[in-house]
Amino acid sequence: MRVSKYIKKWFPVFALPTTLAFVLAFVVPFALGLFLSFTKFHTVTDASWVGFDNYVKAFTLNGNFLQALWFTVRFTVVSIVTVNVLAFALAMVLTKAVKGTNVFRAVFFLPNLIGGIVLGYVWQLLINGVLGRLFQQDITYDGAYGFWGLIILYNWQMIGYMMIIYIAGIQNIPGDVVEAAAIDGAGFWARLFKVTVPMLAPSITICAFLTMSNGFKMFDQNLALTNGAPLNQTAGLALDIYKTFYTQMNSEGVGQAKAVVFFVIVAVVAYLQLRFTRSKEVEG
Amino acid sequence: MERTGKVFRIVAFWGLLVVSVIYLVPLVLVLVNSFKSNLFITNTPFAWPNADNSVGIANYSDGLVRTGFLSALGYSAFITVASVIVIVVVTSMTAWYIARVKSRFTSLLYYLFVFSMIVPFQMVMFTMSKVANVTHLDNPVGIVFLYTGFGAGLSVFIFVGFIRSIPIELEEAAMIDGASPWKVFFSVIFPVLRPTAITIAVLNAMWIWNDYLLPNLVIGSSYKTIPIAVQQYLTGSYGQKDMGAFMAMLVLSIIPIIAFYLAGQRHIIKGVTAGAVKG
Repeated sequence: MRVSKYIKKWFPVFALPTTLAFVLAFVVPFALGLFLSFTKFHTVTDASWVGFDNYVKAFTLNGNFLQALWFTVRFTVVSIVTVNVLAFALAMVLTKAVKGTNVFRAVFFLPNLIGGIVLGYVWQLLINGVLGRLFQQDITYDGAYGFWGLIILYNWQMIGYMMIIYIAGIQNIPGDVVEAAAIDGAGFWARLFKVTVPMLAPSITICAFLTMSNGFKMFDQNLALTNGAPLNQTAGLALDIYKTFYTQMNSEGVGQAKAVVFFVIVAVVAYLQLRFTRSKEVEG
Repeated sequence: MERTGKVFRIVAFWGLLVVSVIYLVPLVLVLVNSFKSNLFITNTPFAWPNADNSVGIANYSDGLVRTGFLSALGYSAFITVASVIVIVVVTSMTAWYIARVKSRFTSLLYYLFVFSMIVPFQMVMFTMSKVANVTHLDNPVGIVFLYTGFGAGLSVFIFVGFIRSIPIELEEAAMIDGASPWKVFFSVIFPVLRPTAITIAVLNAMWIWNDYLLPNLVIGSSYKTIPIAVQQYLTGSYGQKDMGAFMAMLVLSIIPIIAFYLAGQRHIIKGVTAGAVKG
């Protein structure tokens, strides 16, 4: 307690700079954003109260928001499964003392470090090259191209990251547990699903939620790869909010209302993750 | 048993090798095309460079000037390095204050920081850019301040978690010796924080270097970082698009990342994994 007393009056030195930056970059924009979602405005100072009008408009004015929500949900569900199954498989193989395992890990992890905008254009070149060659089309021709293109891109980006978390988890499983199961006559699949997978429950939870929340918030890759084309069919929630703000006339209030809804969805996912991780810890 | 293990390892090795090569295809494709001329990139992206389609290093030598890549590299480097230094120093100080001073105010502050971690950028993007405008933070120095504020949540959270595990006796002993809080922090606590500070630096560097939306909204019209320059080159309205220069630009934006990765792979993987706490 004496340390507490000793440094308490040093608030201006230790905590004020961060707090000030935090208030300006987060607290004020957040509170103002919440307020503005209930108003009609163009430049902030001209805001006039409209109640829940913007929220109603967000869902009813055109189908874009619901379409984007549906796109994001489909995208997230598919990629949670594919990213995690593939990352898990790679982690299993890479923890088996294969030659060159560190080089392989480095290669698979690399895409995760490259920014979404650059990744989007890298994949645009490849995907348009393939589509051009096969069908004389490009990625903007059909919504399905954009959807699966984004899935492939996202897998390419996330698999290495999730793989690293699974590898750490697998290395924490005591070897004798798996060995004992093998001696008792459990085959490969029985060992995998009755021993390894249950013991990796914490890693699986982390990875599933991480894939989900990153998928939900994806913006850069979406903007660079398809920018929603054709006709907003491939725009996720984050991109739709951006477009509402910056490309539609007189829609700032609606954009802000969509952003609040988006925030609530992301917060609920984060809350579920916390509950889920905690309950798993109690079981363990 | 011994035998299947050996067979498995050989099959696994060749399997992984094939997958790795496929994994690198997109990057190699961009590299290959960066040596070709405009027309051939769109028409025959899968052809290797040859006498007809190749322009040598012209895309790198003339293209980069036209795309404004070099100034973008400068802005990206300045903003990233300055923000990372400021974030590591000020958020570790704040975290120490929060972890050691027990009061309602510090716990409120802590919960606000944690809360900010779950808020997606879209929630504050419009209002933040307006605030930046009014407070004249819409320049490469001001944006360092914004990154510090918006990124504070995660950094404070990780630092506080670590500081709480440091025995307080260290500080008490230094305090009794008459050291000022300033001295206690920088000569006793900060050295202990080193591994966590590296994690924080890596996480923030990756985020800020690759960030597109925040700098685009706040300073994008006057100062372009690399992601902004890349995004605006094809979508911007002015001039003819040179795909060759664009490919060179993509290659050069990936090279610093690969260099960074090779220099500190262990720290980077550890840092990015620690960042998994961000929901």
